[in-house]
Amino acid sequence: MGSSQSMSEEVRELVSKTGFSSDQIEQLHRRFKQLSGNQLTIRKENFNNIPDLELNPIRSKIIRAFFDNRNLRKAPNGLADEINFEDFLTIMSYFRPIETNMDEEQLEHCRKEKLRFLFHMYDSDSDGRITLEEYRNVVEELLSGNPHIEKESARSIADGAMMEAASVCVGQMQPDQVYEGITFDDFLKIWQGIDIETKMHVRFLNMETIALCH
Amino acid sequence: MAFKARGTRLKLGFPAWGLLFLALWMLPRVLGTEEIPGHNSHAKEGFQIVTFKWSHVQDPYIIALWILVASLAKIVFHLSHKVTSVVPESALLIVLGLILGGIVWAADHIASFTLTPTVFFFYLLPPIVLDAGYFMPNRLFFGNLGTILLYAVIGTVWNAATTGLSLYGVYLSGIMGELSIGLLEFLLFGSLIAAVDPVAVLAVFEEVHVNDVLFIIVFGESLLNDAVTVVLYNVFDSFVSLGADKVTGVDCVKGIVSFFVVSLGGTLIGIIFAFLLSLVTRFTKHVRIIEPGFVFIISYLSYLTSEMLSLSAILAITFCGICCQKYVKANISEQSATTVRYTMKMLASGAETIIFMFLGISAVDPSIWTWNTAFILLTLVFISVYRAIGVVLQTWLLNKYRMVQLEIIDQVVMSYGGLRGAVAYALVVLLDEKKVKAKNLFVSTTIIVVFFTVIFQGLTIKPLVQWLKVKKSEHREPKLNEKLHGRAFDHILSAIEDISGQIGHNYLRDKWSNFDRKVLSKLLMRRSAQKSRDRILNVFHELNLKDAISYVAEGERRGSLAFIRSPSTDNIVNVDFSTPRPSTVEASVSYLLRENVSTVCLDMQALEQRRKSIRDTEDTVTHHTLQQYLYKPRQEYKHLYSRHELTSNEDEKQDKEIFHRTMRKRLESFKSTKLGINQTKKTAKLYKRERGQKRRNSSIPNGKIPMESPTHDFAFKEKELEFSDPEETNEYESEQMSGGIEFLASVTQDTATDSTTGETGSDVPLTGYSSPREKLPSWKPDQANPTSGPPEKPLLLLPACLQRPWTQNYSSLDNRGISTLPPASEYTKPYEGKPPETSPKTNSSQKNPPPANPGYGPENKGDSANPKQDPPAVGLKEELVGPAPKALPEKRTLLNMHAHLRSAAARRVQSRRSFHRPKPLRYPKLQKLASLPQSCHILPHSLEQEETQL
Repeated sequence: MGSSQSMSEEVRELVSKTGFSSDQIEQLHRRFKQLSGNQLTIRKENFNNIPDLELNPIRSKIIRAFFDNRNLRKAPNGLADEINFEDFLTIMSYFRPIETNMDEEQLEHCRKEKLRFLFHMYDSDSDGRITLEEYRNVVEELLSGNPHIEKESARSIADGAMMEAASVCVGQMQPDQVYEGITFDDFLKIWQGIDIETKMHVRFLNMETIALCH
Repeated sequence: MAFKARGTRLKLGFPAWGLLFLALWMLPRVLGTEEIPGHNSHAKEGFQIVTFKWSHVQDPYIIALWILVASLAKIVFHLSHKVTSVVPESALLIVLGLILGGIVWAADHIASFTLTPTVFFFYLLPPIVLDAGYFMPNRLFFGNLGTILLYAVIGTVWNAATTGLSLYGVYLSGIMGELSIGLLEFLLFGSLIAAVDPVAVLAVFEEVHVNDVLFIIVFGESLLNDAVTVVLYNVFDSFVSLGADKVTGVDCVKGIVSFFVVSLGGTLIGIIFAFLLSLVTRFTKHVRIIEPGFVFIISYLSYLTSEMLSLSAILAITFCGICCQKYVKANISEQSATTVRYTMKMLASGAETIIFMFLGISAVDPSIWTWNTAFILLTLVFISVYRAIGVVLQTWLLNKYRMVQLEIIDQVVMSYGGLRGAVAYALVVLLDEKKVKAKNLFVSTTIIVVFFTVIFQGLTIKPLVQWLKVKKSEHREPKLNEKLHGRAFDHILSAIEDISGQIGHNYLRDKWSNFDRKVLSKLLMRRSAQKSRDRILNVFHELNLKDAISYVAEGERRGSLAFIRSPSTDNIVNVDFSTPRPSTVEASVSYLLRENVSTVCLDMQALEQRRKSIRDTEDTVTHHTLQQYLYKPRQEYKHLYSRHELTSNEDEKQDKEIFHRTMRKRLESFKSTKLGINQTKKTAKLYKRERGQKRRNSSIPNGKIPMESPTHDFAFKEKELEFSDPEETNEYESEQMSGGIEFLASVTQDTATDSTTGETGSDVPLTGYSSPREKLPSWKPDQANPTSGPPEKPLLLLPACLQRPWTQNYSSLDNRGISTLPPASEYTKPYEGKPPETSPKTNSSQKNPPPANPGYGPENKGDSANPKQDPPAVGLKEELVGPAPKALPEKRTLLNMHAHLRSAAARRVQSRRSFHRPKPLRYPKLQKLASLPQSCHILPHSLEQEETQL
């Protein structure tokens, strides 16, 4: 393709870092500029301009994930104020579909990365544990789209899920044992048997998308 | 299954009938007598008490008998698991049909029964397709819609064209000999033999259990290719009747246009009727009994309507089922849903059985057989080869776009799973012999193809799937976490698509679900249904319900809920805990048990109960548990006949009830066990040991027993425990109440638990009350000065709103006690014998919380009044002490309950209490109390009077 010849050093670097093709990067770059208003970085407010996002019940969590230092692989905690295009791509690369030629190890790695992203989203205080409180929070938000579900039900659902998690992860619990929250290892356990690879991915198109028009 | 009645058939048929229906041996003989010539003249002679009118019932009778035979055959097949696990049922039915057909033929020498297109298309096919649509896993289906459509449209066209053309090519080479078949006829044949058959696919794949994606692709293809088949068939049929030379380019274009009209039109009809159906079920609240009927009638109408408009009927009814399912399932009642489910499955499975059996029977008719080895064999080869080639080509194309790649193994199964079936047969029978000279050859080839694919491929696909290690579908227990994460994924993915500015699958789904929620659901669902229609809520509900049900089931299994009593043996708890997460029913019982027993046993009170398993306790506990879980176990239905009322809605109520309770139980146990809020071993142990002295301890404030140094300790411990108690409930209290009580949680957490789980308390506002608790260690020294009040205070640490009804009087009581009571030793003694007895009470009342707030006042009064009826000497003291332990459980109770349950349970507790008190003094006191004004704050006064008497 024409673009590959004119591929700059910068883009090549991004390709190797994120695994996106140069076309996809170009594509995403255009979108990035659109979102940022031709700035070099995106701030949280920029995301508010996406009309489709408005209806998403967990949009705040998702937007937050974009600025989460853990996801950006910059720091063990905290939030970034603004992200540049590379960071943007880093986040997007979590959602890249798995390659067909991946070996077992790469698959496992890919899987873990994807799950880590999700885990970070739940674990809002970056302490490596999803506590009941955090879980409840997420569930409440998650179900807030349905006006018929009251907060209490959301909470009790979170409680139930936490209980389930505890029974999956710890199994036999002593009566006085305390389950403090879901650690990442527990999180992996919960996800065992569900192929996240097939779930957590977005098709990034190579070609011009219709979506560009908005 | 047309019953071509011929005049002589009956007579000739008798031996056959006799052979066929040994069970109905009488019938032929009776029939025989009917035919005796003199019979009729006899009948004319006068009024016949009994007349035999076979011809009157003949047709429906025969139909019913055939259905019976088919159904009985199914029973027979399933008698042997070995056979059915190897041979697919459809193959067995075909063989049976062949045998039966052979018998009929041997007797009759006429093929009396065949599968006619009319019967097949009007009566047998719709239920099967409706069933497929109505139970279609929508998400999976639409997730793979692109793939399915490609296979269904392009794949079918490809198959038809290549098969037809190749056969024509071979025909031209002369191998087949002289046949009067033109190119168009070959194409016509190709088009009818090309389509994968939904009935056959469903029948075989249901037994194979391949993974969902593979199944939906093959099955979806077989459903959606109907439009292509219908169009191709019609086009070529009309071309054939036109004559090859008269077909113009315009006709070809028309044919292509008609494809879109037929497929989209059929789909549209289906959607319109689905809309209608959903709308109608929204208003069937008062005609529940005919509710299920609407589902069938309206979907059937969609089928007939599109048939009438010569659109794709299969598409219409499929999409009718697919689109209406969500709303219909939400709208109709639980019972109706079950009815629909079973009726649909019954009809579909019955129709399928009959189809295959009659395919077999129809084959036994020499008049249709025209054998042409080359043609038949080549057809078999071509359809298999071209299917495989088509699948590989299309998959190659698809895999460029698919997220989940279709691998070689999948492709093999897909090509091999291209079964042909009754649709092809019915279409070929429909051909006009005058126009298509080689109809009989086509028919016999089709039969061979169908038999080959269904029997041979059906037989071998299972071993093949096993040999290739195709990913099987696994049955998973619904898990809450999974659902929640799944939901989160949906939102994340659609958000990512939004952000990255793409219109993808997730984007579309998200938009659709928004539209659905905002418009469609509001329009098509009952208001009440809109509420409960959340997947996650459903799973949650399901889990809870399962818990409750298996809890009771387990109880029954062990005999009369004995296990609830057996908390005295610790191992049960342990066993249950050790049970790994279940997958089977049996396991789920233990899972449930783990949940629930843990509630029972890890409960503060219950820990103690393990030690002291006293009859009384057990009975109380069992009773309450029974009452709680077996809500009106043997309620009596009114056995009145009514055509319009099935049953009362008690079941639903019960379900709801169980649901609510289990939900609480789960939460409760969760809080107490998993979050380890208050049960440190130490306290538990101490608690157990000292439980009996508890009451005494609470009297420490009196300062009458300072010499018993250990008691201080106990007192302290005990108080801790007492606090942990309401705390446990606190979680869901907070759900029900405004949260005024929540401080208790944080209080106990600070004091009673060493664990650092701040979770539960973190959102909880601390009130001023918490401070005394937090300083608990600091008031330990207080015990040196036993007369000081502080130890008392904890007991009063109750949410204000809850306190009101009785703590008020209680506290006043206490104060009085402190000031006026004589040495405690005297009082405590008589009481010491009792702990086991009272503890059960607290236990039970705690675990099966009786009543709720509203009406609680009076009852509570009664409760506290009862103790007062105790022997005057001890009574007062005990009064002071007794209610103390009870207090918290009851508080807790207050929060839990369902109002309508309340009175009964409370009364029971109450009556038990009073029952165990010394009787003689009861009545006088009661009378006395009765004479007193019945309000809370009066009580203290009455006590005061007693005190002064003392």
